[in-house]
Amino acid sequence: MVVDDRPIAPFNRRECAVAETHPAGGYRVFTLVDEQGPEPDPGQFYMLTAGDHWQGEAGRPYLPRAISVAAVTGNPGALRLMFLIDEVGPGTRLMAALEPGQTCLLAGPFGRPFSMPKALNPKAAGAILVGGGIGIAPLAILRRALVKRGVPSRTLLGFRDRAHSGGVDELFGCEETRLAFEDGSSGHRGYVTDLLLKVLAGDDPGGAVVYSCGPPMMLEAVRSICAESGTACELALESPMACGFGACFGCAVPKTDGTYLRLCVDGPVVSGDEIASAMAGEAA
Amino acid sequence: MDLSTEICGIPLDSPVLNGSGTFDPLAARRAFGDALIEDFPFAAFVSKTITRKTRVGNPPHRLWEAPSGLINSIGLPNPGLEAFVAGDLIELTGLPVPLIVSVMADSAEEFSLLVETISEVDGVAGIELNVSCPNVHSGLIVGEQPKETEALMKELRPLTDLPLIIKLTPNVANPHEVAIAAEAGGADGISMINTIKAAAIDRVHSRTWLGAGAGGLSGPAVRPIALAQVRAVSTAVEIPVIGMGGVEDADTALEFILAGARVVAIGTENFRDPQAGSKVRKGLAGALERRGFESLQAAQASTLS
Repeated sequence: MVVDDRPIAPFNRRECAVAETHPAGGYRVFTLVDEQGPEPDPGQFYMLTAGDHWQGEAGRPYLPRAISVAAVTGNPGALRLMFLIDEVGPGTRLMAALEPGQTCLLAGPFGRPFSMPKALNPKAAGAILVGGGIGIAPLAILRRALVKRGVPSRTLLGFRDRAHSGGVDELFGCEETRLAFEDGSSGHRGYVTDLLLKVLAGDDPGGAVVYSCGPPMMLEAVRSICAESGTACELALESPMACGFGACFGCAVPKTDGTYLRLCVDGPVVSGDEIASAMAGEAA
Repeated sequence: MDLSTEICGIPLDSPVLNGSGTFDPLAARRAFGDALIEDFPFAAFVSKTITRKTRVGNPPHRLWEAPSGLINSIGLPNPGLEAFVAGDLIELTGLPVPLIVSVMADSAEEFSLLVETISEVDGVAGIELNVSCPNVHSGLIVGEQPKETEALMKELRPLTDLPLIIKLTPNVANPHEVAIAAEAGGADGISMINTIKAAAIDRVHSRTWLGAGAGGLSGPAVRPIALAQVRAVSTAVEIPVIGMGGVEDADTALEFILAGARVVAIGTENFRDPQAGSKVRKGLAGALERRGFESLQAAQASTLS
């Protein structure tokens, strides 16, 4: 039997009150109060169902949605879990419309969390966080955990444009965060991976550790940059997922050995050298 | 209310099982810890399908959300018979409920090897035969052909004392004809329905969404079809039916029992709620009482007017 030291989820799907919601640039933030669960580790996720109207729109959404937690405050018994939502389909549309007083059904926390830098590389002096778009969420909770442990980190974030960079100040504070915008509206004009290359060029790559989450194309670029420079990296991936706890085998991601891992239990955080590509399953 | 019952001689604390491949206790234990074992959701556990050789499963994508349902194209990933017997099977026999092992093969010879090998393991209560694979000799999908089904059952029946439950496909015009053939060949029970052939189209890229091209539909979307087929089959054979296809609560479980199923299995609902099995079990006494049944047995024995 596999025994993990990851937090153990209550064996249920529970109703949680929506405590607070607000817009954050192009995204939406909402906070749920979890009275039963343990504090999640950075990188873990929850399966969420907005209580009302699920299956209401021509039978969809039907399945819960896997959403990474972006921040956690409070103590077990009254944990406040913050989620960042990008409205891309019927499930996220209902979640983005949540208001205080409503409820969500929640199961979790699930999945493999980020490792701490020393576990990935004993020589690690600090961490480099590389996020894109909605993928900044798990890096926000990771960064707070690193700060708490006194681990220095640099944060590089990329967005399409300024309108989609909402939540950055709130989630990351302003220190040591460098931004890239594809439209050049401010910060670096171009991709966040340009910033990563610059940072790694000034570092000893053997002493760096990279954590990344974002669009598949960005993750694949991060994976290959780290592979070429011999930098340890962990990527938080996304995949369509029905259950979140290893039952459906739907969230398969190809490994380098030709087999698949189940992203819900063997991920969502994977080591860069575990997977063949961060783009598998993406439209060609 | 006493909900205990049996299927093919396997005693059950309640009439609620899982569908093969819809719950993985070993993975769930990593997520939920010992609470999973203390409050195990099913009265018997049906394993994912095991084949003779290792299968890695289908390339992504494997899932597509359909209206009130799910299309999957998982491809039966499993470690293969030898590794299963040496690994996962040992842990599964330690579950607090009877274990039914699902097997699939593309020939009678390979089916025989699977049935004989699994039968030798202590702690296995029954075997479910997944016959939705083509026979390498005939090219025909066994479960779609009454003659193929009967011949396979006759070959396997003498090989084991364990109950043999056949999982029927709904992708035939007359499933009761296959069921009658399975019964004639010596099947002890019928498990139905498997998923309904389905495709998902990625209209943005003008391609099929699923990596394997097509998959199977499950969930509440298929329930009316499952109920019709369970009713047709259960009236055609004497052997008991494990009914499944969109069971999502105690009321829909009761619908299957009224349609003729002895017990029910939860599939896709497990993905939405890890405690779906317990939810159905806990709600069943109330559902039976509301409909005027004094016992589970009374509902199992009732016929629809």
